[in-house]
Amino acid sequence: MRMLINVPETVVADALRGIAAAHPELTVDVDNRVVVRRDAPVAGKVGLVSGGGSGHEPLHAGFVGPGMLSAACPGEVFTSPVPDQMVRAAAAVDSGAGVLFVVKNYTGDVLNFEMAAELAEDEGVQIAKVLVNDDVAVTDSLFTAGRRGTGATLFVEKIAGAAAEEGAPLERVEAIGRRVNEASRSFGVALSSVTTPAKGSPTFDLPPGELELGIGIHGEPGRERRPMMTSGEIADFAVDAILEDLRPDNPVLLLVNGMGATPLLELYGFNAEVQRVLSERHVVVARTLVGNYVTSLDMAGCSVTLCQVDEELLRLWDAPVETPALRWGR
Amino acid sequence: MLDVDFFRRWMAAAAAAVDREADRLTELDSAIGDADHGSNMQRGFAAVTAVLEKEDPQTPGAVLVLAGRQLISTVGGASGPLYGTLLRRTGKALGDAPAVTDQQLAEAFASGVAAVGQLGGAQAGDKTMLDALLPGVEALGTSYAAAREAAEAGATATVPMQARKGRASYLGERSIGHQDPGATSSALLIATLAESYERGGGGS
Repeated sequence: MRMLINVPETVVADALRGIAAAHPELTVDVDNRVVVRRDAPVAGKVGLVSGGGSGHEPLHAGFVGPGMLSAACPGEVFTSPVPDQMVRAAAAVDSGAGVLFVVKNYTGDVLNFEMAAELAEDEGVQIAKVLVNDDVAVTDSLFTAGRRGTGATLFVEKIAGAAAEEGAPLERVEAIGRRVNEASRSFGVALSSVTTPAKGSPTFDLPPGELELGIGIHGEPGRERRPMMTSGEIADFAVDAILEDLRPDNPVLLLVNGMGATPLLELYGFNAEVQRVLSERHVVVARTLVGNYVTSLDMAGCSVTLCQVDEELLRLWDAPVETPALRWGR
Repeated sequence: MLDVDFFRRWMAAAAAAVDREADRLTELDSAIGDADHGSNMQRGFAAVTAVLEKEDPQTPGAVLVLAGRQLISTVGGASGPLYGTLLRRTGKALGDAPAVTDQQLAEAFASGVAAVGQLGGAQAGDKTMLDALLPGVEALGTSYAAAREAAEAGATATVPMQARKGRASYLGERSIGHQDPGATSSALLIATLAESYERGGGGS
């Protein structure tokens, strides 16, 4: 597999140097792997810190900036960051108003953020946490690690970030983050496997003519494998999987997300199909975002995330944001 | 008695074993996880080797506490906190004695394994590290060789299990038929303990 890298060991550090060069509005600590908005800590404002394995770009570093995250902690590829990173990030962004950790529900992320929260609190930073677990492909039961955090992470970070920017106190920012997570569901599909730099060959074999339904964002194989389907058939399958679990009474935010290697031409075509299915199911779409936002390295495929919103959440979604990957209204 | 050199030998043997087996661990992890267990453990134990060299801890407990902290600070994922807690809590239980008995190590290691269970919330049969650690630590009361055999048998016994914790649990029934990478590296850690004992005894 040909990759645009130097050596596998330095991919994360190399990318951070590149982010620093492209985005002078961010402070990038390459050695300690923390990306912070340059004006942090903002007086009186709750800090938002997220992080996770690398390989999902622009998540999370691409969402650092006014109106969204205060800091991001990138781990190794598909490996959660270590507690030291989050402790450092929390200290850098805390104005005294406390810090919200946005944590995707994976065993590693949960454990490392848990340890970080204890250490940061020992240093006098008040910490709250929101766990994102929106992936309906995983049955949430005692027999699994619980639903994975995927596309809804973007909605939680944007909307809770907007609340923090408006000056909401920590408990309120946390409550809004939880509400967004509870109102969100996702489903993902892979048209190819994924190749990590460390392994250099595909994580799983997906024969030509087949697709994998219900995938995560780390090359975990999905719920089932089927013969290749059309964009319209995939849209039917994904939307129905979500609607089985969440029947929205209110309008929704729709994220049609690319996994990394699927062209925007295909993603827009897929968006048209998703909108068709939603309309057939009488779900009203308030806002749509199409693009590569929560990716899985070089995987081809897509995910659909719906978030049911009331007026307040919609207003916070529309609020100004200024980050490398998401910006509007300023 | 097991002195500080014994524990340093154990950590060095663990680092060498993880190096040697890294590709196999990653291969196992690509079947039911995300294909990085070998490289993560390699990075962690390389850092352990470096920090032990640099800080030169003087007691068995201090060696394991430092090694555990270093794993937490360098590995990430679930393995970092879990292996870090295993060594740190074992080290804490050893206190600051300059040397410890086999019995003290067995008891301390049992408290480390219990801490792993508490942190990760897994139980025997969930297809995790614990499926090698629990039988290993139980047999440690008998002999180091028995502990190695029990841990290896425990790791092998994860093949027919369906994962109920960690990333492999997302696969449901598709996790059946693969050996758990965490149980495999746990068996390696116990095997290197036995190896260190056989090569040099308690060291003093």
